[in-house]
Amino acid sequence: MSNIFKNAVTSVKDGFKGFGDRQSKKFHDFVNRGPKENLKNLGEFALNNIVPIIFIVFCAFAIPISGQPFSSVVRDVVTRLMRNSFLVLSLLIPIMAGMGLNFGMTLGAMAGQIGLILVSDWQVVGIPGLMLAAIISIPISIVLGWFCGTMLNKAKGREMVTSYMISFFMNGVYQLVVLYMMGSIIPIASNSLLLPRGYGIRNTVNFAGTKGSLGMRKSLDNFWSFNIGTIQIPILTILIIALLCIFILWFKKTKLGQDMRAVGQDMEVAREAGIKVERTRVLAIIISTVLAGFGMIIYLSNMGTLNTYNSHSQIGMFSIAALLVGGASVSKANIRNAFLGIILFHTMFIVSPYAGKNLIGEAQLGEYFRVFVSYGVITLSLVLYEVKARRAKGHQAKELKEAQEKMLKNKETAEVIA
Amino acid sequence: MAEKSDYLLEMKNISKDYNGNVVLKDVSLSIKPGDVVGLVGENGAGKSTLMNILFGMNVIRDTGGYGGKILIEGNEVNFASPSDALKAGIGMVHQEFSLLPGFTATENILLNREPQNKNIISQVFGKRANTLNRKEMQRVALLAITKLGVELNSEMVVGSMPVGHKQFTEISREISKPNIKLLVLDEPTAVLAEKEAEALLRSIENLSKAGIAVIFITHRLQEILDVCNKVVVMRDGMVVKELVAKSTSISEMAKLMVGREVKAQENAEDETSKLRVVENKPILSIRNLWVDMPGEIVKNVNLDVMKGEFLGIGGLAGQGKIGIPNGIMGLYTAGGKVTFDGKDIPLNNPRECLTSGLAFVSEDRRGVGLLLDESLEWNVTFSAMQIHNKFLKKIGFIKFRDNKAIKKTTDKYIEQLQVKCTSSKQKAKELSGGNQQKICLAKAFVLEPKLLFVSEPTRGIDIGAKALVLESLKRYNRESGTTIVMISSELEELRSSCDRIAIISDGAVSGILPASTSSEEFGMLMVGNKTPKEAS
Repeated sequence: MSNIFKNAVTSVKDGFKGFGDRQSKKFHDFVNRGPKENLKNLGEFALNNIVPIIFIVFCAFAIPISGQPFSSVVRDVVTRLMRNSFLVLSLLIPIMAGMGLNFGMTLGAMAGQIGLILVSDWQVVGIPGLMLAAIISIPISIVLGWFCGTMLNKAKGREMVTSYMISFFMNGVYQLVVLYMMGSIIPIASNSLLLPRGYGIRNTVNFAGTKGSLGMRKSLDNFWSFNIGTIQIPILTILIIALLCIFILWFKKTKLGQDMRAVGQDMEVAREAGIKVERTRVLAIIISTVLAGFGMIIYLSNMGTLNTYNSHSQIGMFSIAALLVGGASVSKANIRNAFLGIILFHTMFIVSPYAGKNLIGEAQLGEYFRVFVSYGVITLSLVLYEVKARRAKGHQAKELKEAQEKMLKNKETAEVIA
Repeated sequence: MAEKSDYLLEMKNISKDYNGNVVLKDVSLSIKPGDVVGLVGENGAGKSTLMNILFGMNVIRDTGGYGGKILIEGNEVNFASPSDALKAGIGMVHQEFSLLPGFTATENILLNREPQNKNIISQVFGKRANTLNRKEMQRVALLAITKLGVELNSEMVVGSMPVGHKQFTEISREISKPNIKLLVLDEPTAVLAEKEAEALLRSIENLSKAGIAVIFITHRLQEILDVCNKVVVMRDGMVVKELVAKSTSISEMAKLMVGREVKAQENAEDETSKLRVVENKPILSIRNLWVDMPGEIVKNVNLDVMKGEFLGIGGLAGQGKIGIPNGIMGLYTAGGKVTFDGKDIPLNNPRECLTSGLAFVSEDRRGVGLLLDESLEWNVTFSAMQIHNKFLKKIGFIKFRDNKAIKKTTDKYIEQLQVKCTSSKQKAKELSGGNQQKICLAKAFVLEPKLLFVSEPTRGIDIGAKALVLESLKRYNRESGTTIVMISSELEELRSSCDRIAIISDGAVSGILPASTSSEEFGMLMVGNKTPKEAS
């Protein structure tokens, strides 16, 4: 056990050290270059981080317009951060394996929801309930992840649209299970969960607990927490998220992590070196799906209610949008992107209805705005990714041209000398 | 037996045919530890096939295996896959790098062979949860780099390395494998600058001293003289001669490579050539052309094409000859100055090229040349309709296709080029390669270009069709006075059809000679040695 801990500590240390080194190197470069060069680099930087920059600017304007006290915005953002981090972090591993944004995380969310529904029926409450739900979700997530990964292996290069479609398709299966099989084939005892007709789960499942018994709502957050002013800091939730971060950093250093990075760069080269490409890709999706299942359980326990037929499909879209807002791209994402993205995206989420109300007198506008923005951000990021790839290619051609011209010049001078 | 094990590798009487088409005949080769053997030959001489056999590539087994025996240290082997060959200690560095751009040199060198540390999680979940032992990785990689004797930063990311260092990384990867005995280098210097190539040659010497045998495939004959102790010259699937490197010369090798004694030069001066006038005035002049075509990079081409002539462009694969028409016609990013018929041609603009009277028959028939799912009629006339508004008749304000004219023209070319098809309505994809090529030609002829580029017109088609294609090109040149520039890897084909032949080497013209010049001299140009006349 101490071994893992040591590894984890070194992982984190290395992570920070690497970060510090990189920053100091960047700063060093910055000082050493002329102002013109720096301006050009600034432009480059702006283009590379256009999405986060847009959001920072937007938030800077929208927070004052919303008229909300800053502390309440912070409180809400902290709540959202605790609620969503695990879900967003679950997206990182498939990106590492070159499979893009895993829209199939919805599958994990479904598994988590099934776990929670069963646990609520069995009246297992509090943290044990959440843990049991997580345990139930694991096998379901593995099966769904394996299915999704296998499908994606048959659609290499089109992973994102395929996983998006799979999530719609699996939604049908989920509805079949939850709407028809629960209560008829899968025994569900509690009437408060079932639809009046006797089978199928109600549209809303409440985890707040009924008839005096404690529910699972906020059990994780309230287990061990303290307040700063009005802001609640849930230590256990933070610990779990930190543990996941450490896991991700550690995972990058494992053989499997290295293989995933290799597969993500070039499947053919990886295959030639003897890496089992297909298996590696399936494993990436399975891990992501299992983590998404856990993430969904944390999310729902914080929310307190499950919107049985909608929660999972919304969460995929919002998690991906948040990650992209943090500056991630289809091929590159890290923990920093995840946290920055959640903070920016949810700040917008929180303030835009108020801002809309104050500007036009319609809260509805903000509501509409945030859905529009999530789709917009995903589209923008996908387009930008292609644009950048093209620019890189154009850059190569330009370099070649310059090299040619240099060569010609050299030749001419050589001729002159001769 | 004792004598046998002197040799690291023996290939005995290797032969191979693809569906009756013999590509290797009775090839024998023997290599001792530490030997550096140069393997030279024209494109298609059988070098690659021989190496594919040695490595047990799938393509060999899928096409019925090979004849003869391969012995390694005296034991017969028959590799079922490249990984078997690797296990037996044979490594190969291909022309195309197989490196991961985002990994450092170390990570690439030890890809999938990383030293690992165990931990508790890996006891439960299996070996893949082991963490990498970075220190040990670094040590092994540095060991290989030192053995190679080159300067290479093991922590540098491959994507930001100069091309030479990528090559070193590849070679380091092969020699870091524990039991490596023989290394095959396929054109390792083709992509390198002079300095880098020198460093590479030195490293080959280092390997040889360390007892690793090297098979060195290259078109640069000087390098063979520099590092090899034995040269094997192949031509037409046979070993023509084994030479001792010390006592041979470039011209001897070039002569053996190109071989085939010059057939009587009946073509250049034949009857028909008198029928036309080749003006001594350039119709197309190319200045400082560069083209960014992967694998066929053109660096700096200067070339004049005379009005009415049939110019050949030859050279070895990968030197840039195919890049020239692709660049001029705007299929790949290009720069420089191209003047055609007194006007500057804007580069990177295919349509402009076509309207100003250039046409191009691509080497990529299926990709660029043909609309495979459409009828022959449509294929032959489509470009002409688009570019020159031919085959259209106007009724009122609306333009209609003139189906009668389309059919007539297509039938004319089908007959002229002897295209084997059921009718002019047949789909292009149903034709054989040779017949598809003929349709490509017809399509270009219909455009009535002033200048026609034809790239590799005989690639992958049978001998009968080849002769016909060449004959019809020649006739077209003679009869309609169209200037033709033909790019081909086969020198004999160029020599039998063209007036002059330009040889491209390393992305530039290394010389232009009349087609009646001996093959030997062309051979010298191909390997980058300028003739004394050119160099002065």
